[in-house]
Amino acid sequence: MEILGLVNYALFMAIFIAIYALLALGLNIQWGFAGLFNAGIAGFFAVGAYTSAILSTAADDGRIGGFDLHFVLGWFGAMLAAGLIAWPIGKICLRFRSDYLAIATIGVAEIIRLVIKSEPALTNGARGISSIPRPAGDIGYMESQIAYLAIVLAVLAAAYFLVERQFNAPWGRMMRAIRDNESAAKAMGKDVEFRRLEAFIFGAALMGLAGAMFAHFNRSITPEAIDPMVATFLVWIMLILGGSGNNRGAILGAAVVWIIWSVSEIATDRLPHEYAVQAKYIRLFLIGLMLQLVLRFRPEGLLPEPLRGDRRTSQSGTEPH
Amino acid sequence: MDLLELINFYLIPGIVLGSIYALGAVGITLIFAILRYAHLAHGDLATLGAFIALAVVTSLGISPLVALPFAIIATGAVAIGIDKVFYEHLRERPKIVTVMASLGIALMVRSVVQVVWGVDTQTYTRGIVRPEDYFGLRIRDREIYTVLAMVALVGVLQLFLTRSKWGKAMRAMSDNPNLALLSGIDNKKVVMLTWGIAGGLCAASGFFLGLNTELKSMMGWHMLLPMFAAAILGGVGRVEGAVLGGLIVGIAEEMSVLFIPSEYKAAMAFAILLFMLLVRPTGLLKGKVL
Repeated sequence: MEILGLVNYALFMAIFIAIYALLALGLNIQWGFAGLFNAGIAGFFAVGAYTSAILSTAADDGRIGGFDLHFVLGWFGAMLAAGLIAWPIGKICLRFRSDYLAIATIGVAEIIRLVIKSEPALTNGARGISSIPRPAGDIGYMESQIAYLAIVLAVLAAAYFLVERQFNAPWGRMMRAIRDNESAAKAMGKDVEFRRLEAFIFGAALMGLAGAMFAHFNRSITPEAIDPMVATFLVWIMLILGGSGNNRGAILGAAVVWIIWSVSEIATDRLPHEYAVQAKYIRLFLIGLMLQLVLRFRPEGLLPEPLRGDRRTSQSGTEPH
Repeated sequence: MDLLELINFYLIPGIVLGSIYALGAVGITLIFAILRYAHLAHGDLATLGAFIALAVVTSLGISPLVALPFAIIATGAVAIGIDKVFYEHLRERPKIVTVMASLGIALMVRSVVQVVWGVDTQTYTRGIVRPEDYFGLRIRDREIYTVLAMVALVGVLQLFLTRSKWGKAMRAMSDNPNLALLSGIDNKKVVMLTWGIAGGLCAASGFFLGLNTELKSMMGWHMLLPMFAAAILGGVGRVEGAVLGGLIVGIAEEMSVLFIPSEYKAAMAFAILLFMLLVRPTGLLKGKVL
C-alpha cells in the first residue's frame, strides 16, 4: 500500500510539473527569447482557468456560463482569452523599456484578482467554480490520474515541439536579434513592435492553457487557488534556474523547483504546530533567496541558452550574451 | 450631495491617501532617475517600515509619531543593506535583472514581516478617533500630521537636493551619469544616499498608511501600483512631480467611488498609469522616459 501511495504522489507531482512546465515555456517565449518582463503570470493563468471553467461546466444558476462545451474547446477558449488580455497591454507597454511592462503586468494580475473576487455573476465569487469536468475523470482514481498525466504530457510535448521549432526557425533568430540589439534589428527592417507583441501574446496564451489544465485537474477553481505573487514567482525561478532561452531548461527548471517546493512542504509539515503558520512564509523567503543566489552565481541557469547559427562556429571561449 | 460632503468624504481622504502615495513615489522616482530601474520591492519595504514603527511603539511604549524617526532610520539602513547584499553585484548586468531581483526581494521582505509579526491586522493605537470640526470640515488629527509630514519631508529633501553638495551630486548622477562620474562624483556614496533616502521615505509612507488605516502584511504590495502610477504621472525623476502625481492618484482613487463600484478603487491607479503611458509618457512635469 505504501508503494501505491508513493505512485499516486508521483503521478500528482508529475501532473503539476507538466502544468508548471507549460507556464515556464510560455514565460520563455516572453522573457527567454523576446526579453519581455511579465510579472503577472498568475493573472493570465487565472484568466485561462476561469475561462475554461465557464465554457465547459454545466449550466448553473446565479452565474453566467455553464456552456457545457467539450474541454478541448474550453482550453482553446482559455488560450484565446489570455491572449486577448495580453494584446492591449503589450500594445501600450512594449514600446517602452521592460520596467513598464513589469509594472503593468503586476497591475493586470491585481485587477484580474479583483474581478474574480468581486464578480460573483462571472466567477461565483469566493466559492469558486466547482464540478469542472476532468477529461477521463469517470474511470478509477489512479487510471484517471494516469490518463490526465498522459493528456498533459501530450499537450506539453506538442507545445515544446512547436515552440522549439519556432525558435530554430528564422522567427526565433529574429526574436533573439531583436532582444539582443533592437536598433540593429530595426535597421534590418524588422517590425520590432509587432514581433514583440506576437511573442507576448503567444506566451500569455500558453499561460492561459496551463491555467485551464490546472482547473480541470483540480475539478474546481477558487480565488485562493491563485496566489498572485507566489504563482508568478515560482515560474520565474523555474525559468531562471533551468536556463532562460532554453526550452529544455524551462522544463527542467519546472521539475527541479516544483520538487524542492513540494519537499520543503513535507519538511515544514513536521515542524511543531506552533510554527505551522510561519513555515509557509519561511518557504517563501527561501524561494526568494534562491532567485537571488541563482541570479548571482548561475545567471545562465542549469541549461544555458544554446548557441545557434554562425555564433556556434565562430564562438571560441567567449561568453554569449 | 453638497460640496461640504464631497470635501469631507472624498477630497480630504484623497489628499491624505495621496500624501502617503507621494512619500513612496518620491523614493521610486529617485531610484528610477539615479539607478535607472523600477524597484518592485518598494511597497513591501514600506510595510517593513510600518511594522518597525509598530515594534518601537509596543516595546518602548511611546506615541507612534515619536517612533517614526526610528523607523525611518532603520528602514533606510535596511534599504542600504539590501542594495549592498543583493543589488550591487548586478549593477553591470542589464537593468532588468535588478528589476527581477527586486521582485524576489519584495517576496523576501514580506515573508520576514509575516514571520516576525504574523499575518493578523494590527494598529498603532486602539479606539476610534473622532474627527474635529473645522468650520464644517471634519478632519482627524492624524490626517493633518500625515499631510504636514509629507510636506516637511519632501521640503527638506528638496532643500538637500538643491543646496547641499551631495544633493547636487545626486542630481548630476540623474542628469548625466557619465559626466558626473568623470567630474569625480563618488558613485558609491550617491547610491548609498539614494537608498537611505528612499528607504526612509518608504518607512514614512508605510507608517502613515498604518496610522490612517491599519497594518497588514500585504498593505505595501497594494500600494506599489499607485506609487508607480504617481511617479510616472508626475514625470520620472521629478520629486515635485511625484508629489503632484501622488496627490492626483490618491484623490482619483477616493473620488472614483462616485462612479465605479468601490471594489475597483484600486484599478484607478492602473488606469491612470496606462493612460499616461499612452498619451504622455514623460509625465506632467516632463520627466525621463526609460
